[in-house]
Amino acid sequence: MAGEFAQQKKPIRWHIAVFLAPAVLVYTAVMIIPLFGTLQLSLFNAENQQRFFVGLDNFRKLFGDPRWSASFWNALWNNTWFFIIHMLVQNPIGIGLAALLSSPKLRFSAFYRTAIFIPTILSFVIVGFAWKLILSPLWGVAPNLLDLVGLKSLFTPWLGKEEYALTTLGLISVWQFVGIPMMLIYAALLSIPDEVIEAAEMDGITGMAQFWKIKLPLILPSIGIISILTFVGNFNAFDLIYSAQGALAGPNYSTDILGTFLYRTFFGFQLQTGDPYMGSAIASMMFLIILTGVCIYLFTIQTRLRRYQF
Amino acid sequence: MTRTTLTALLLGTSILGTAGSAFAQDKTITIESWRNDDLPIWQEKLIPAFEAKNPGIKVVFAPSAPTEYNAALNAKLDAGSAGDLITCRPFDASLELFNKGQLASLNDLPGMENFSDVAKSAWQTDDGATTFCVPMASVIHGFIYNKDAFDQLGIAVPATEAEFFAALDKIKEDGTYIPMAMGTKDLWEAATMGYQNIGPNYWKGEEGRLALLKGEQKLTDPQWVEPFAALAKWKPYLGDGFEAQSYPDSQNLFTLGRAAIFPAGSWEISVFNPQAQFKMGAFPPPVKNAGDTCYISDHNDIGIGLNAKSANADAAKTFLTWVASPEFATIYANALPGFFSLSNTPVQMEDPLAQEFVSWREKCKSTIRSTYQILSRGTPNLENETWVKSANVINGTETPEAAAAELQKGLDSWFKPAK
Repeated sequence: MAGEFAQQKKPIRWHIAVFLAPAVLVYTAVMIIPLFGTLQLSLFNAENQQRFFVGLDNFRKLFGDPRWSASFWNALWNNTWFFIIHMLVQNPIGIGLAALLSSPKLRFSAFYRTAIFIPTILSFVIVGFAWKLILSPLWGVAPNLLDLVGLKSLFTPWLGKEEYALTTLGLISVWQFVGIPMMLIYAALLSIPDEVIEAAEMDGITGMAQFWKIKLPLILPSIGIISILTFVGNFNAFDLIYSAQGALAGPNYSTDILGTFLYRTFFGFQLQTGDPYMGSAIASMMFLIILTGVCIYLFTIQTRLRRYQF
Repeated sequence: MTRTTLTALLLGTSILGTAGSAFAQDKTITIESWRNDDLPIWQEKLIPAFEAKNPGIKVVFAPSAPTEYNAALNAKLDAGSAGDLITCRPFDASLELFNKGQLASLNDLPGMENFSDVAKSAWQTDDGATTFCVPMASVIHGFIYNKDAFDQLGIAVPATEAEFFAALDKIKEDGTYIPMAMGTKDLWEAATMGYQNIGPNYWKGEEGRLALLKGEQKLTDPQWVEPFAALAKWKPYLGDGFEAQSYPDSQNLFTLGRAAIFPAGSWEISVFNPQAQFKMGAFPPPVKNAGDTCYISDHNDIGIGLNAKSANADAAKTFLTWVASPEFATIYANALPGFFSLSNTPVQMEDPLAQEFVSWREKCKSTIRSTYQILSRGTPNLENETWVKSANVINGTETPEAAAAELQKGLDSWFKPAK
């Protein structure tokens, strides 16, 4: 029996490799090779157009040199604050909107869904430019609108003040991307079977209590996914800050996040020539930060999330 | 060759590089540039004037977008597909090309004797021994003002700092105009139109700049802190919400006639002329006391050099000699008022505002922006830091002394002056 089994070796399943090949090849060429190229580049430096290996010197400089480390920690903290704004504002609002949209009593829900999602598909450049105009103290509508309701005194040039600029940009980004958590949660809510809801109603759980006790636990895995998407997106962010505030992320680097810091270092800016080696060191740190964040999520949070099979 | 074939050739050369010369009987030389705004001036005025005098040489002006120029040029030079003539950015960007052997030395080019040492300083090796680009144009800093507004309020053109602030006070009191159109959002306005504009009067132009390079002066010395202190005093005269006012906002405020004074660079002339519906005048940065020597920032901005690997080096050199001639200077300066020829021969210009700017060269001493030569080679970059600090000082979030101290600290971290 055993010998017969050994002779009947499973044929090699070529089709798996063939079907995977295009994706693997493309992904390797445009993602994996550049990623390792960057990690490798961060261990080098150049002088007189001669590249040589320096080990971890670039990282030592990034954390040891008071100026480099001040810029790095400033960018990291700003980035964290950017992320906090998204977690505290974007995701709760997204969940709330999804809950409202999934209510069967709501009319025109398709219209709202589309309208709220549209900013997400706009280019960063358009969003940055439009909001710069809206908030402009000279030609913007924001001061006039506030004036109409008698709150003109509340207006300040938000994008030009150190204390407000980053929060303002964070909220602009929330405005742009609130459609993503909304759509994901909306889909999750729709996938909850009617039997579960009906059973809850039989038990007398309706309205808000139904949302908190029945729906929210069922959509927790989706919320987890959204959090991790937000985390990765925010720590890779660059475009909005660059288009609204420029590469120097003014005023006084108060809106500098890791992405703009990397850009300035890697490509240079104005008279500053680019330093690909220090830039790669920053890029490697960004990769490590995101990797750590994702690992923490995967190994501590996701494994504990209970999944319900219907 | 007709205009259409010229355009076709232009397209062709951008793809084929210098291969264009293979099928043209004449020698064709191509110019790399970031000044795509100047394309009509080159095609309609400069190139025909040159070709009329030099039959057998065809010139193609092939510009790319300003923000992409440096990267695109480097890639083309590395690949060997760059044009014969390279428009040179001032200082280190071009110096690097020369050090890499991509720009040829122009020391023995006929016509170079038409330029002063200051004019050539932007395109020389640090020791001044080799020049590798022909200086084409500089820009001068000063203040452009709304003449109608000044007449209406009975304000005379200020010559001293006290008169300057008195004028600002008067405009502010009257309330019709925003005294000064400048914002700090884009940062560079504060540094370039602010610090580098008024600064030379305090640090005495070249004297201070060279002393800084030699390490004899520091940015914390009074003559380098005072311009920051003067900038700090500008804050009340800027428009509401100037912290979020960008450079185009400032330009519009002024050309719409809502602001009285615009801290300017001469390149604004060609932008403002068609837009402003009122008479404009200009005055140089005010001096501290009446009768003091005045200093102006006359900053080298554009040069043109020879690609060391050019196949048509002779034709290209003929063109460069022509660029160094007074004829080129006259056409260029008049076609682009505000970009002033660096040639020693005075150039006749039609534009009154441009004439006003260039007339300061006679009575004031010229210098270039203090942060450009050598001092912006390291990290932190002095020029970029000056942008941030100037904006901070005007915003009132940092004192002039603290800003200067920070700048000097950053400079000390990498700059070791040659003793």
